[in-house]
Amino acid sequence: MHTPTSHAFKDNARRALGDPQLQQAMSHVKKNFIEKRAKAAARLPEFEALRDAARSIKDHTLANLDIYLEAYEAKVKEAGGHVHWCADAESARQTVLRLCRAAKARTVTKGKSMIGEEIAINDFLEENGITPVETDLGEYIIQLRHELPSHIIAPAIHLTKEQVADAFREAHTDLDPNRPLTEPRDMLAEARAKLRDRFLKADVGITGANFLIAETGSSVIVTNEGNGDLTQILPRVHIVLASLEKVVPTLEDASTILRVLARSATGQEMSVYTTFSTGPRRADDADGPDEYHVVLLDNGRSKMLGSEFAEALRCIRCGACLNHCPVYQAVGGHAYGWVYSGPIGAVLNPALIGVEEAGDLPNASTFCGRCESVCPMRIPLPKMMRHWREREFERHLTPPRHRLGLKLWAFLATHPALYRLTASLAARLLGALGGKRGRFAALPLAQGWTAHRDMPAPEGRSFQSLWAAGNRNAGKQP
Amino acid sequence: MTTAESKASVARRVGLFVTCLVDLYRPSVGFAAVKLLQEAGCTVEVPAAQTCCGQPAYNSGDRADAQAIARQVIAAFEPFEHVVVPSGSCAGMIHSHYPALFDDDALWRARAERLAARTHELVAFLVDVCGMTRVAASWRGLVTYHDSCSGLRELGVKNQPRQLLDSIAGLKRTELPGAEICCGFGGTFCVKYPEISDKMVSEKTADIAATGADLVLAGDMGCLLNIAGKLSREGRPVVARHVAEVLAGIDDTPPIGAPRR
Amino acid sequence: MTDSRASVLGNIRQALKRGAPTAEQRQQAANRIAAGKTNLLPARGQLEPKAQVTLFQKMAEEAAATVARVNDPAAIPAAIADYLARENLPARLRLSTEADITGLPWSTRPLLEISKGATDGSDEVSVTGSYAGIAETGTLMLASGAERPTTLNFLPETHIVVLSADRVVGALEQAWARLRGEFGAGNMPRTVNFITGPSRSADIEQTLQMGAHGPRRLHIILVDGEAAGGS
Repeated sequence: MHTPTSHAFKDNARRALGDPQLQQAMSHVKKNFIEKRAKAAARLPEFEALRDAARSIKDHTLANLDIYLEAYEAKVKEAGGHVHWCADAESARQTVLRLCRAAKARTVTKGKSMIGEEIAINDFLEENGITPVETDLGEYIIQLRHELPSHIIAPAIHLTKEQVADAFREAHTDLDPNRPLTEPRDMLAEARAKLRDRFLKADVGITGANFLIAETGSSVIVTNEGNGDLTQILPRVHIVLASLEKVVPTLEDASTILRVLARSATGQEMSVYTTFSTGPRRADDADGPDEYHVVLLDNGRSKMLGSEFAEALRCIRCGACLNHCPVYQAVGGHAYGWVYSGPIGAVLNPALIGVEEAGDLPNASTFCGRCESVCPMRIPLPKMMRHWREREFERHLTPPRHRLGLKLWAFLATHPALYRLTASLAARLLGALGGKRGRFAALPLAQGWTAHRDMPAPEGRSFQSLWAAGNRNAGKQP
Repeated sequence: MTTAESKASVARRVGLFVTCLVDLYRPSVGFAAVKLLQEAGCTVEVPAAQTCCGQPAYNSGDRADAQAIARQVIAAFEPFEHVVVPSGSCAGMIHSHYPALFDDDALWRARAERLAARTHELVAFLVDVCGMTRVAASWRGLVTYHDSCSGLRELGVKNQPRQLLDSIAGLKRTELPGAEICCGFGGTFCVKYPEISDKMVSEKTADIAATGADLVLAGDMGCLLNIAGKLSREGRPVVARHVAEVLAGIDDTPPIGAPRR
Repeated sequence: MTDSRASVLGNIRQALKRGAPTAEQRQQAANRIAAGKTNLLPARGQLEPKAQVTLFQKMAEEAAATVARVNDPAAIPAAIADYLARENLPARLRLSTEADITGLPWSTRPLLEISKGATDGSDEVSVTGSYAGIAETGTLMLASGAERPTTLNFLPETHIVVLSADRVVGALEQAWARLRGEFGAGNMPRTVNFITGPSRSADIEQTLQMGAHGPRRLHIILVDGEAAGGS
């Protein structure tokens, strides 16, 4: 089980900043994700309107979530599938185990699933004698390295190709140790060959779901590799892991949201494989699974639904917020310490694992707003991070020194005469101390600042004192 | 009469919200703002009861104190038909956040909404409301402009400062790559997460230096203190000023954090 | 378990600050589902049929599929044989058992080794038909069935797809309308695949490569009765 390290965010971040390999890997994010998304958005004139439409669909669905989930369940059953409602991670794990045991599963292939990470299903299956095999290339790599994904759609983005090669050499011991493994091409070919065998032999295939369609009882996966498809059509049993908020009413609704998903994620017009699966194989189908199970997971979603964090349930896991966040770019995904990273992680992780554990995350933001500006579902991420800060303040989780500072400042700010006096004195004092140099290299109580920057000195008089003294033009000297 | 001219011919009564950082650190910016507003035909008053917009409390999750401060600001400024702020983040606080601060208080919410509708960032006000298309000042040199996040994303401040800067004969402006990327100030963020903030401001100063400009401008003192402090720690020759200083032609004060003659 | 189901639904209702939905609320949702209203169709998905076919080809090629146009299904075996020779691929094909595919004049290319049905992964080149083409994004739509094994779309390294130009629609929504017409509203085949170009991954240092797990090559034979003529 991956124990969260969100509480150690500051240490994680420090280490990440000092990690040259990580910094090199993260430097790719700007060029690849940011520029590509911008191009794709610019190319589609209706892009902004589609974001609004996508948002409306999700808002409507969430306001009627129980109704649509029941409708969805009915269609799944009609198609010969099963829906398993799970309130929490533990019951989801047990359900998956039960299904795998019933299928006498020895190996299980997995398409990429953030829910799978959330419930730590891989470790659990292994503990119970079943071998899970990640098939998404990025997930496969991090599975070999026993790591969490560091990005919602590019799990191995934090790694250099040398690190990938090392992981392959260590794991694929049956291959010639002297084989060339310097180019991504070689590594991809090796992974493809290795995983092809696992695909064909798997007893159970587990996928996530980008969408669940109430109209038809379908689950939708979106991939570029095709691994999700091989995972779900080859084994005897197909298990879908999906959280409650994945449901949308109709095929048209899914089509609308699909238009903003790939464009926001990778800048593609459409991902290579978008697959709608409905139930097990039909009587005369040539291939496909015999059984189809949907594990429908709450794990904190219903609680979020009734809270000021409900809008985060619109998330379609595109990763755009991560890609555009300067904090994420600086420290990478692992620093956030749990399954979700970047701005969405800063909002979700406290909701799912508690604000005592993940409280740093919504604080490690300048509220620059870039995330919200690119979110296809228009989730007001900074606003929700602020709500977490409010919760922390109410519960006195804010450091006492900070609270004291705020109280002092608020007192001054609500007593204008005292404020003016204080500002005037401070301007004079700091202005004088700043002297000819005009700046401070060090300042008591301001170590956080002066460790990395000089502190400019004030001009030496406060504006209000000058104005009160009759100055009406520029021209005040220290 | 053109729209610009008809806009300019109206005499507007402006309450200047000078902001705590300008008040404490750099009154020149306040005077530059006054000069520009007068140039645009406004009469400017500076209500004495102003202090802080309340953003530090608000962004720290301290709603109660933020509300107390906001009530004070609303009361001090609601007599004015326009409230102008030489800061995107403080103007954004009043314009975009004050109404939501009083979600549970219909009376104050209405007052907040009225004030919000009349509150503007300085340069956006000059261009969008007063119809200013050029400034009287002159300035020589090569400058580049950093977009402060709140001004950009909450208030749409983007073209206006560029437009006015470009109207100054003798001033060359080069576009800053990554102008819209946060400089890493973020209020208490820069002292709570200093290494991350340092990484962000280092990338910003590297981008600024790469433009070859001798002066970087922005509309927010928070950004400017951060950027100027990093530039000087790195020993870079580029200096920083508030955009209002250049637009008003005020050059008798040294750049931010620079040595005094 | 019923307990779990009731508990989750109960939590949702509590969050929504209401009890069980009313009959009216349920009906509204049912109506919305039944209506299947298109939300917003980009202009790009609403072109004239000929322009749609042209756009389909352009977008498919942009996604790294290759497209060959023939004006008669009878020319398909020859087109495929040529493709295999050009790409230096073995002259062995695994076909779906769709009549439109098996019924092609394969005897005109007797050197092609033909087998049919689902694949176990040992086939290198597959040939299937397609349900529709989506012009907006250059996407193929394939629906599973007795004669349309899904494995043919994913296991072979090369996937050749026959698409009739009159099956090209502007956007996804029109494809769904067609599917509903044929399968009945609310019904679906087990698998509906939307395929846009060959399989790829950029998971290693953001370097894009083809052939991650699915086919490395996607070749589309577009049968367009008017392909030879002008507009």
